[in-house]
Amino acid sequence: MIEVRGLTKRYGRTTAVDDLTFDVRPGTVTGFLGPNGSGKSTTMRMVLGLDRPDAGEARVAGKRYAELRDPLRTVGALLDAKWVHPNRSARSHLRWLARANGLPAGRVDEVLDTVGLTAVAGKRAGAFSLGMSQRLGIAAALLGDPQVLLFDEPVNGLDPEGILWIRRLMQRLAAEGRTVLVSSHLLSEMALTATELVVIGRGRLVAQGPTAQFVDSGADVLVRGPRPDAIAAALRAAGFEVAEEQAGLLVTGGTTERVGEAVGAAGLVLHELTLRRGSLEEAFMEITKQDVEYASTGAGVPA
Amino acid sequence: MSAAGLIAAERIKLASVRSPWWCAGLAVAGVIGLTGLLVLVEPGGMADAPGGSNPFLLFGLMLVLVLAAVSVTTEYRYSTIRMTFEAVPNRTAAVLAKTVVVAVVSGVIGLVASLGAWAAMWLLDPLSDTALRTSDDWWVVLSPAPVFAACAVLALAVGILVRHTAAAVSIVLVWPLMGEQLVSFIPGFGPAVQPWLPFVNAGNAMTAGGGDLPFSPVGSLAYVTGLAAALLVAAIVVVNRRDA
Repeated sequence: MIEVRGLTKRYGRTTAVDDLTFDVRPGTVTGFLGPNGSGKSTTMRMVLGLDRPDAGEARVAGKRYAELRDPLRTVGALLDAKWVHPNRSARSHLRWLARANGLPAGRVDEVLDTVGLTAVAGKRAGAFSLGMSQRLGIAAALLGDPQVLLFDEPVNGLDPEGILWIRRLMQRLAAEGRTVLVSSHLLSEMALTATELVVIGRGRLVAQGPTAQFVDSGADVLVRGPRPDAIAAALRAAGFEVAEEQAGLLVTGGTTERVGEAVGAAGLVLHELTLRRGSLEEAFMEITKQDVEYASTGAGVPA
Repeated sequence: MSAAGLIAAERIKLASVRSPWWCAGLAVAGVIGLTGLLVLVEPGGMADAPGGSNPFLLFGLMLVLVLAAVSVTTEYRYSTIRMTFEAVPNRTAAVLAKTVVVAVVSGVIGLVASLGAWAAMWLLDPLSDTALRTSDDWWVVLSPAPVFAACAVLALAVGILVRHTAAAVSIVLVWPLMGEQLVSFIPGFGPAVQPWLPFVNAGNAMTAGGGDLPFSPVGSLAYVTGLAAALLVAAIVVVNRRDA
């Protein structure tokens, strides 16, 4: 369980995280979604006690991070796979972490085996590929067998095999009843990995809820019938927004049930009634378009 | 999160990369080698060293300062400091554990270098008087251990405060090698503060005394240790305040 309450972080005049409140529940993979620079990493650093919030607080397993005894036993995090001394071997990197939290030395070999780095455990971490570094970072996160896990952009730059491996790992960790928060700016990836979403833009909470609901919120209903003008009028009268397209009428803000019933109530015939599920990308752009920090202004493109 | 665990973690960090080994090896080999070379070229030459202390220890001390500063600046360079604070949210405890390890390692380097140089003189130079009769003789041979340790803590604190390797190394090398001399040259002000400069005192602490400083060697050691402690406290306060 991660509880974020009114978390705020300012850097000079910019507010990186603005009064952010959300919960991350155990047993699910929760996606932490937002464009680049929206405050995801800053939020995660504050949850881990690395950065000091200007207001609000974050609690992990009911405690502030600083109050946790041997925190690696409760929280595991991969914020950046490059947080390793390049001349230190993978095994030494995990050994000092284990010793700092009183974890048995045997755990080092166990997690190396879990992430498949046993063969290169003695090699210096600086020679690792991005995928291997990412696995080492995950090994460090799993070291204390923690109930809460945070991953910041874990699939960035990975090959498809690595992406699949991380996706399955996160789902397995959640299925074991752990709390998993994973940030990404890749919505399509989140749609496959996360069952819950926390969406932020410019440090503010934009939306929170099940991924399925989030995807459906961007859905339209396409209707086609012999008398499009009458259907459009009936739907507008029922309070829907209707746009005419080549394929038929595009109705926004409704489900197939409600649209079908509205047309039926007007006594009109339909030839087609289809849910057009918008992509997660479209839904996301729709929700966060006011909150993108570095938006292209479209300069040079004639209006 | 036991103290022993934290110290063990810091020991693993220091021992699992190559640069501390290089610094330590060069410091010891440099002091012993230069001493040996000098007494071979000019037998009896070391006996005239001021106050009986070995001037080549300064060379070893510089490498120890680098070792100490770099032990923490590389943590900032590669952001492992964040991993450290993730594992040990009590930053004061994390810094103290590193201080203990760096101080002990530096003390051992000082001791091995000093004893090694003494052994080199005893082996190679029939003209020098290497007998350890008085407590002053013992002090000259053994004092590099605590002096190296105290100076290493000073350098570690500088490393924590400035965070960048290049800046920290420049400070800990330029200050003792040039800065203190330049300060001493300032008319009026220089001679007044010169007895209070940290590395003037570190040098004095490794002699048998008799210089024109207000402190005895033991007093100088206590003074340098006090300075190191004060700077370390400042570093700990800063580390607790700023974002990792």
